Amino acid sequence: MSISSGKFASITLGAFALALGLASPAMAQEKLKVGFIYVGPVGDFGWSYQHDVGRKAIEAAFPGKVETTFIENVPEADSERSIEQLARTGHKLIFTTSFGYMEPTLKVAKKYPNVMFEHATGFKREKNVSTYSAKFHEGRFIIGKIAGKLTKSNTIGYVGSMPIPEVVAGINAFYLGAKSVNPDVKIKVAWAFDWFNPGKEGDAAKALMDQGADIITQHTDSPAPLQQAAARGKYAFGQASDMSKFAEKNILTSIIDNWAPYYVERTRAVLEGKWQSQDVFDGLAKGKVVMGPYVNMPDDVKKLAMETEEGIRTGKIDPFTCPIIAQDGKAVECKDGKLNDGQIASMNFYVQGIEGTIPK
Amino acid sequence: MIDTLPLIIATVMTAATPLLIAALGEHVVERAGILNLGVEGMMIVGAATGFAVAVLTDSSVVGLLAGALAGMALSALFGVMVVFFATNQVATGLALTILGLGLAGLIGQDFVGQPRAAIPPIEIPVLKDIPLLGKAIFTGDVVFFLSLILIVLVAFVLNRTRIGLLLRSVGENHVSAHALGLPVRKLRFWAILFGGLMAGLAGAYLSLIYTRFWSPGMSAGRGWIALALVVFAAGHVWRLVLGSYLFGGITVAQLHAQAGAIALPSQLLSALPYLMTIAALLVLSLSGRKGAGAAGSLGQPFVPER
Repeated sequence: MSISSGKFASITLGAFALALGLASPAMAQEKLKVGFIYVGPVGDFGWSYQHDVGRKAIEAAFPGKVETTFIENVPEADSERSIEQLARTGHKLIFTTSFGYMEPTLKVAKKYPNVMFEHATGFKREKNVSTYSAKFHEGRFIIGKIAGKLTKSNTIGYVGSMPIPEVVAGINAFYLGAKSVNPDVKIKVAWAFDWFNPGKEGDAAKALMDQGADIITQHTDSPAPLQQAAARGKYAFGQASDMSKFAEKNILTSIIDNWAPYYVERTRAVLEGKWQSQDVFDGLAKGKVVMGPYVNMPDDVKKLAMETEEGIRTGKIDPFTCPIIAQDGKAVECKDGKLNDGQIASMNFYVQGIEGTIPK
Repeated sequence: MIDTLPLIIATVMTAATPLLIAALGEHVVERAGILNLGVEGMMIVGAATGFAVAVLTDSSVVGLLAGALAGMALSALFGVMVVFFATNQVATGLALTILGLGLAGLIGQDFVGQPRAAIPPIEIPVLKDIPLLGKAIFTGDVVFFLSLILIVLVAFVLNRTRIGLLLRSVGENHVSAHALGLPVRKLRFWAILFGGLMAGLAGAYLSLIYTRFWSPGMSAGRGWIALALVVFAAGHVWRLVLGSYLFGGITVAQLHAQAGAIALPSQLLSALPYLMTIAALLVLSLSGRKGAGAAGSLGQPFVPER
């Protein structure tokens, strides 16, 4: 059989690989292709940036054995074709790294039963779809305590992204932390309805400060809110990565997402043929959530923060220790003296003391 | 409330300024009969280049200038394509946006995550001491004051000078203009360059003044909003100013409403600027003038007959 020059290059490549395979079996082993879908640009210096750090860790951990690809700036509502593109081009392990990719991931997973999917921060699983998340709310409980101690106006501004359980749980944990050290504290929430829109995030921070907030915290991905706080001499926290260089004198600490160990572990599982669908939800204890240095605060506050961090890590402190009273005054159902992971991952209520309603 | 009013106005000013500047540029382009959908692309390239140059030269003013020139360089590419090769303007403009977004990522690659100090604001003496609003309006950044000058300049040149008249006639009917011996392509090319300059400046404003860092995708659709504002303005510069400040004002007001826990669904508040734009467009088209004030030859390729 002759192959005409018009045939696809892949046929030639395939034949080439086959020939090599006969010569040396080790070389023939196909590289595992691992794909990533990011909601923002890898340069957001926040959420997507940290996922990309994890992607690079995979490449470093398995030199010559894996090949990674990423698609950045993928809108949640229009993500299906990007996910499918990765599945179609031979990626065997695909990480979809935003909550809104949940349904599209499940849809594509159904079509490609031999591809393994890992969906971040979601709660729907399939045979070939795992979910994983981190207990960022543990970090938010700590920064809540810091903010509660340091606020002079007793008003803290919170720049929200999307009203999803992860963000709501973060607001609650932050407030509970703040209130535990300062009963008079109030928080104001402004939703940007965007994960990444520096201009709007910054404007939200300004609006919160105009309304009396003297400390800003954020659940959006760019350093803009932190920077705007610094411009007015107010304190703020870094999000997702250590953002200290954007506001050295005004940052208090950062909640850092550390995905690398998990990504390496899951890639190894695929390489060894041991991958199984699972749900992982861990935080400070496993090092998936890491706190940045505590700076620009008095020693007693720093000590409190470190003790809280240590307490959460060793399991002595839990941000959602019962009783948890919801905004409507009713106590939340509680079994082991604290809310369970499922309750936290699906949280859709504010705790008592937070004003306003969660956008529906 | 009285104390915060100047702060709120200052926030609205910074939110509206980049929209206004980019829209002013596109307004001139569309008056000349060209539709450039590449505003977002030119803006983001301006943001990346402006930031990079500001870091390298350690001067934000040089950065602003470089950003504007980068936007203009990109628009020159568009201009050569649509004016001299008569390519489809919609397709070329969209391609320009895609090219710009990629190019900006490349230019800004080494500058991601670098912080930058603010440009000190300009204060106009005496006027800034006017009670209540003086401090808000007469203390601003350099580009805000430039935008005020640009508004007057664009309105004056388009409506009161010979060159403006020529530009508008080229946009209204390029065949007649050509028959009268007007340099249709040359005039259009100059208009496109001006549009690029403005889009680039608006972009540099984003990365150097609005939020002082570079990050890919940071224009977040503002180029498209600027395009919508030009439609909203329907040929009038004053409506462009109104539209930009209305849009910026509502954006900021809805954030304030949220922070003040006003019981309105915040998604609705978030969508409000866009809803207002649609409503304004509806009113505009219902109120009568055909084509809602767009130039007669807008978007049509022009190939001069020999």
